[in-house]
Amino acid sequence: MPRQKRPPITEAWRGITFTRRALVVGGAQAAVGVALAARMAYISIIDNDRYVLESESNRVNLTLVPPRRGWIVDRNGKAMANNRVSLRIDIIPDRLHDKDFVLGQLETLLNLDGDTMQRIRRDLKSSSGFQPVAVKEDVSEAEYASVLVRLPDLPGIAPARGFARYYPTGAAVGHLIGYVGAPNAEEYEEAKDPLYITPGFKIGKQALEKYFEPVLRGKPGARRVEVTARGKVVRELSTQPDVQGQTVQLTVDADLQEYAARRLGPESGSVVVIDCLTGDVLAMASMPSFDPNSFSSGIGVAEYKWLSQNDHVPLRNKTLSGLYPAGSTVKPMVAMSFLEAGLPAEATTFCGGGLRVGNRVFHCWNRRGHGQVNMAKGIYQSCDVYFYHFAQQMGMDVIAAMGKRLGLGQKFPLPVPSQSYGTMPSPDWKMEKYGRPWTIADTVNATIGQGYVLVNPTQLAVMASRLATGNALMPHLTRDANRAPIQSLGFAPDHIGLVREAMNQVVNGAGTAGRARLPIEDVKMAGKTGTAQVVSLSKGRGGMGVPWKYRDHGLFIAFAPFDAPRYAAAVVIEHGAGSSSAYPVARDVMTFLFDRDKAMAALTEYEAGWGGTIEERMARNFAAWKAGAAQPDPEPGA
Amino acid sequence: MIPVPPAIQRIPWKLIALLSAITGFGLLVLYSAAGGSMTPWALNQGVRFLVFLIGMLILGRIKLKFFEDFAYLAYLAVVALLFAVELLGFVGGGSQRWINLGFINLQPSELMKVTIVLALARFYAQLPPGSTRTITALWPALVMIGLPAGLVMLQPDLGTALAICASGAIVMFVSGLPLWWFGSAAIAGAAALPVLFSMLHDYQQKRVLIFLDPESDPLGAGYHISQSKIAIGSGGIGGKGFLNGSQSHLDYLPEGHTDFIFATMAEEWGLIGGVALLIAFFLLLRWSTRIALGARTRFGQLAATGLTMTIFFYIAINLMMVMGLAPVVGIPLPLFSYGGSSMLTIMTCVGIILAIDNDSKTGTRRFH
Repeated sequence: MPRQKRPPITEAWRGITFTRRALVVGGAQAAVGVALAARMAYISIIDNDRYVLESESNRVNLTLVPPRRGWIVDRNGKAMANNRVSLRIDIIPDRLHDKDFVLGQLETLLNLDGDTMQRIRRDLKSSSGFQPVAVKEDVSEAEYASVLVRLPDLPGIAPARGFARYYPTGAAVGHLIGYVGAPNAEEYEEAKDPLYITPGFKIGKQALEKYFEPVLRGKPGARRVEVTARGKVVRELSTQPDVQGQTVQLTVDADLQEYAARRLGPESGSVVVIDCLTGDVLAMASMPSFDPNSFSSGIGVAEYKWLSQNDHVPLRNKTLSGLYPAGSTVKPMVAMSFLEAGLPAEATTFCGGGLRVGNRVFHCWNRRGHGQVNMAKGIYQSCDVYFYHFAQQMGMDVIAAMGKRLGLGQKFPLPVPSQSYGTMPSPDWKMEKYGRPWTIADTVNATIGQGYVLVNPTQLAVMASRLATGNALMPHLTRDANRAPIQSLGFAPDHIGLVREAMNQVVNGAGTAGRARLPIEDVKMAGKTGTAQVVSLSKGRGGMGVPWKYRDHGLFIAFAPFDAPRYAAAVVIEHGAGSSSAYPVARDVMTFLFDRDKAMAALTEYEAGWGGTIEERMARNFAAWKAGAAQPDPEPGA
Repeated sequence: MIPVPPAIQRIPWKLIALLSAITGFGLLVLYSAAGGSMTPWALNQGVRFLVFLIGMLILGRIKLKFFEDFAYLAYLAVVALLFAVELLGFVGGGSQRWINLGFINLQPSELMKVTIVLALARFYAQLPPGSTRTITALWPALVMIGLPAGLVMLQPDLGTALAICASGAIVMFVSGLPLWWFGSAAIAGAAALPVLFSMLHDYQQKRVLIFLDPESDPLGAGYHISQSKIAIGSGGIGGKGFLNGSQSHLDYLPEGHTDFIFATMAEEWGLIGGVALLIAFFLLLRWSTRIALGARTRFGQLAATGLTMTIFFYIAINLMMVMGLAPVVGIPLPLFSYGGSSMLTIMTCVGIILAIDNDSKTGTRRFH
C-alpha cells in the first residue's frame, strides 16, 4: 500500500468519502441486481427447454402395463398356453412410509416366507421411487381381499389385477412349450427396456415361449398419471391400452400330446409323432416333465431342487436333447441303403448266432441263430448277423449317406432354442474327429445302431416317416403358410414296399413286436424295435435284473397304416430294459390317432395302476421328497 | 384543487404503495402455493404486513436522536439475548435460535441485523475524524461485529452471521476507513477460507460442496437447488400461469412458500414476474440509498447505508441461492417469503430509514 503523505482528515473530507463510497456500494448492489436478472433470463430462456422437460418428467409418471401374451394354440385352435386373470400385490417404494410395519403386516397376511421377505427388502433397496416392487404374484381371492380391506393402513401397497400365463395341460407341454418368467438382471441389462422391470411382465424362458418371444410379447400399454413428489397420484392423464401378442398356431395336436405324455407313465422317455403327409409334428412329449405353470409364477427353491436332482432328468427335453444309440431301429434304413445300392432283397446269409469279423466274434441278439436270413427276415427278426455280413460287403459310406438322407445326425429347422443332433458316423467323420481310420468293426457296430451312432427321438420319427413315404419330409412345429414343397427321396417303389412289408411283419407277422398290434381291425401298424445298450455286454444283458441306470434303452419306430402311411412315430424309453417297454406306448399312441375311446380306455387302466394322473403323481412325489422319504428307486416326476 | 392536509402529506404514500405492491405480489404467490387458498399462509402474512406497516410508520415518526442514544443499549441487550439463547440451547440439549416470549418466538439474531448497524453507525459518528486511520477506528468495530457473529455461528446460523458481518463491514467501509484494510482483509479471508470451511458443520460443508456441484446429488442434498432451477427454468418468459405451477403444487419444490418462494413465483409468472420483482426491490433500495446520501447527520448516513445493505443482503443471497449461484443458506426473500421474523426485521429497517428521512426533512444539514 502506498504510504504517501495525506492531508489531515476533516469532516468535509469524510462527507465526500461517504458519498463516494455509498455510491460505490449502491452501484455494486445495482450490478448484482443486473447479474441476477441476467442469470434468471439465462435459466428461463436459454435453458427453458431442458427445465420444461425436467419439470414434466417430475410431474408426469409413466406406468407401463405389461402386454397380454399371445396364445399358443394347437392345430385345431385349442389353447395350449393362454392367460388367466391373476391377482398380485406390489409395493410403490415412494409411497412406503413405515416400511417395517407394512412388510410385517404383509408377511402375516400373505404368509410370506423368509426367502421372499429377503427378496422384497433387496428389491426395495435397489428400486428407484415410483417403480413398483413385486411382493407376491398369484395371490388367492381371500388373501387379496384381506390386503384390500387393510389398504388405508398400508400406505405404499398397490394391489393389482394382471394376467398370468396358464398351460391347461401342465406338465404334458412343459418341454414342448417351455415357460415364462420374470426377466433377470442380465436380461434387463441387455434389453435396457423399462418394461423388463415392470412387475407382472414375463418373458419366454424356454422352448417355444422363448423362440416366439417377439411374436408373443405384444405392445405394453401405458398409464400417464400426475404425481406429487411423494408419489401420490393426483389425476390420470391418459391411458393407452396394451396390444396383445399374436397367437402362434402349432402343428401339434394338443389331445395327442397330452395322451402321449400321460401314456409314458412313470417311465423316463419320449414320444414324437409326425404326420406323414406334411411333416407336421403332432406330438412331442418328454417325460417326466415339470409343470410350466409353477415356473410362470416363480418356481420355489425346493421344487426346483426336486426337479434338478431327479435321475429321470425332468428338466431335459428328451425329444430333442436326449441322445441315444439308435439300436436296431436303424435296420430298415440300412436295408434301404442296401437296396438302393443294388443288393437284391433275396440275398441271404446264414445266422448261427454270431459272426467272426477280423479276430473278434460279433454276436447276434439271438445266440441260437436265425438260420438262413434274407432282408425281410433280417428286419422283422432283427437279425444282427445279416447286417454284419452285408454291411461289410456294401460299405459304410452307403449306410452313412442313407442315414443322413433319412435325417439321422441332422439338425432340423425347428423353432427351438437348442437341439442335440447326435452323430451318423462315416469314415470321413471319424478321421476328422478322432484322427483314426475307420475299421470294419466300426461298420459292424454302426449297422446295428451302436458304436458311434447317436440319435434323438425326433430324428427317429423323421426317419420312420421318410422310410414310410419315400419323401424327404421335414418336421414342422408351426403352421407356416409358405413351406417348401415336399421332395421325393427317389427310392424305387418296390424298395419302399419291401421295407414297409418287412416292418409290417415286425408287428403283424413273425416279428419281434407281436404285442404291438393295433386293436383296430383295418389299420395295421408297421414298426421296428430297438434295444440300445447302456453299458458293455461284459456286465451282462441290460434287462430287468440290473439296477435301473444300467438297463438298456427301449426304442421303437412305427408308422400306420403300413400300406398307406398316415402317421409315423418314435418312442424311446430310457433304461426300459429293451424294446418291449417302448412298443406298447407306440401302439397306444397310434391307436389314439385312429380310435380315441379305445386308447383312452387303455390309458385309464394303466393310470389306475400307476397311481393317478401326471399331476397327482407329481404332487405325491414332491410331497414325499420334501418329507425326506428316501425312495430306493425314486419314481420320476410322472 | 383541494388542499391536502400536511398530516396526510407527511405520510410516505409512495413507499407504502411500493411495500404493498411487493407484499401483495407475495400474497398472490402464497395463495397459489397453498393450492389456491388464503389459509394457511396468505391471510396471516397479509394481516402481519398491515400490523408491521403501522409499526413502521410509527417508527418513522420517532426522533432519530432516540435511535442514536439507545443504539449501544439495544446492542448490548440483543447480545445478552443471544447469550441467553445459547444458554437455553445448552440447557435444552440442542441448538436453539429463538426465545419463546409467550406471544411470539423472538429470534435475537434477527434483531442483531438492525442493532449492529445502529451501534456501528453511532460508533463511527462519534469517532473524531482524525482517528479514522488509526487502530482506534478498527478494533472496537471488529469486536462489536465479531461477538454477535460468533454467537450466531454457534447456533449455528451461517446465513445470519454473514448478514451481520456484511452490514457491519459496509458501515465500516462508508465511514472512511482506509481502503487497503478492506483489501488485505479480503485477501486474508480468501487465504483462510479452507480453515473456515473446515470449521463448518458437516451439513453446512455439504451444502457448500453441493452448491459447487449440484448435479452430484440431485436426489439428496442437491435436491433443493435442482428443483428450484427446474421451477424457474420451466416458467420461461411468461410463466405457466397463476395457480398452474406444477413444481410447487406437487411438492417437488421444497420450502416453496418460505426460502424458495421466488422459484414458486417464477414458475407461474416467468421472467416477467421476476424482473418486475427485481425492479420493485431496486426502487426500494434506490429510495433508501437516496436517503442515506441526503441524510442530515453522520449517524443517519451510516445507519441508512448499513440498513440498506441489510435489506440488500437478504434479497441478493436469497435470489442467488434459488438460482443456484450460492449455497443453500436459510435466508428468506424480504416481504415475499412467508414468515414474521424476516418481515419484522425488514420493516424495522425501513422504519428507521424513514425516521432518518424525516430527520433530514426537518433539521438543517450537520455533521455531528
